[in-house]
Amino acid sequence: MQVQNRERFSQRLRSYKKRPLSAFLFLLVLISAVVTLSVLIALIAYILIKGIPNLSPELFAWEYTTENVSMMPAIINTLMITALSLLFALPVGIASAIYLVEYAKRGNKLVSLVRITTETLSGIPSIVYGLFGYLFFNIFLGWSYTILGGSLTLAIMILPLIMRTTEEALIAVPDLYREGSFGLGAGKLRTVFRIVLPSAVPGILAGVILAVGRIVGETAALLYPAGTAAQVADGLMSSGRTLAVHMYALLNEGLYIEQAYATAVVLLVIVIGINALSGLIAKKVGVKD
Amino acid sequence: MKIVFLLAACFSILAVALICVFLFANGVPAILKIGVFDFLLGQKWMPSNNIFGIFPMIVGSVYVTAGAIIIGVPMGILCAVFLARFCPEKLYKVIKPAVSLLAGIPSIVYGFFGLVVIVPIMQDLVGGSGKGVLTASILLGIMILPTVIGVSESAIRAVPNSYYEGALALGATHERSVFFTLLPAAKQGILAGVILGVGRAIGETMAVVMIAGNQPVVPDSIFGGVRTLTANIVMEMGYAADLHREALLGTGVVLFVFILLINLSFSALKRRKS
Repeated sequence: MQVQNRERFSQRLRSYKKRPLSAFLFLLVLISAVVTLSVLIALIAYILIKGIPNLSPELFAWEYTTENVSMMPAIINTLMITALSLLFALPVGIASAIYLVEYAKRGNKLVSLVRITTETLSGIPSIVYGLFGYLFFNIFLGWSYTILGGSLTLAIMILPLIMRTTEEALIAVPDLYREGSFGLGAGKLRTVFRIVLPSAVPGILAGVILAVGRIVGETAALLYPAGTAAQVADGLMSSGRTLAVHMYALLNEGLYIEQAYATAVVLLVIVIGINALSGLIAKKVGVKD
Repeated sequence: MKIVFLLAACFSILAVALICVFLFANGVPAILKIGVFDFLLGQKWMPSNNIFGIFPMIVGSVYVTAGAIIIGVPMGILCAVFLARFCPEKLYKVIKPAVSLLAGIPSIVYGFFGLVVIVPIMQDLVGGSGKGVLTASILLGIMILPTVIGVSESAIRAVPNSYYEGALALGATHERSVFFTLLPAAKQGILAGVILGVGRAIGETMAVVMIAGNQPVVPDSIFGGVRTLTANIVMEMGYAADLHREALLGTGVVLFVFILLINLSFSALKRRKS
């Protein structure tokens, strides 16, 4: 925070009496901050309080049956889809960030085109990704509902996020490192892989964690490419639902509100954990969000 | 090796091209088959009778988005002002992560929260089903808060501090300096945040489908049930066939065009700023 006029609170209060507009504005600002914060607290508290009593060991059974709508298969599917999406998105995202930061010349036409398209990608809503995934993988390639198709769809979705965070991490690496490496006789490629990338790892990791958060919470983009089979997917080419899709399916069937509460708790805990983790890493690196 | 990096960088171009080609190639023929005017301006959506008019859904998306803007934007900007200029440092360390947590909560959880909390409240207040334009607007308003707050806050912080100091030196109070010098100077950045928020609101699916009521009619009041473009797709895509399915893809095309327009205006704004 920069220099501010440091009055004491009592002085401030006195000046507010003389200046109703300022007092009014101050009140508005305060109220909106309080409301925002209390909405978040209300949401988390409500779901935790109503949901935790519904958590039961049976909900984590290995088998999903109609009597016991276990979320364990969905958790395993979520892990698989997350790993697969990262497997596709990370190499491409990091490589394109390396190109943009280390290789591309300033004012390159291609670079501005890449920037426009990544911006477009990050603005596309998840339902459109879902439609595209369905049209491309299920109709055009003729696959049935597959977690591979779902993962590829999600990989495209998180690509802009990975690219942006990697770019920022690469830019944050001081040029001194590169110059030192060149000075010692290393080539461009060796410099990138041995010097620049290792120093950028924490920043990239923060981006990966954010991407994991998006994947875990995604529903609409997975519904059509990956389907809603409630069992653990046995292979890349079979259908499986993630935790968020599982929750949607439970609500859609309308019979499993308690189980939906429990699923919401698990989702919320994962998301809070992911946020805490990325905050921790960002603090270590000293990069502002 | 450079060529590999270059190819990777071109992947995002390829992805956008593929998305455009597949969406338009599958959706546009349906729109033409139904007739552009009948499709866009048709008042009735009756898949069983082969009547596909998505005008109610377009109106629904616009209403719900407008409602979210009315609720979310003033609050988001004020909250950004608080974070940038009013908040003590210690409190900032609590509120800032809280806002990013708000951005990270999955939309399905938001929808569930709306379903079990906001809908019953609306039922008590106005009767009826409790699902409708207002309910969806409130929830979407909450959901776009982190977007609006984040972009507005950095826009306010980007204004040179001399503006603020100058206003103080002229005898304005802290509040007046912030609201009448910093905010106007940060106008464009804030507008960019609002546009991003619009994009998020119009594309939101899972939360809206649970609380908007989903009747495919133009709502007669802010309490009336409404169906958005996104809800239309996600509700019927699972079982639709033939022309019905193509009409849903056409709905996706209309949504996609909306989003592209919003993106375009966002990047135009950003370019003018720099």
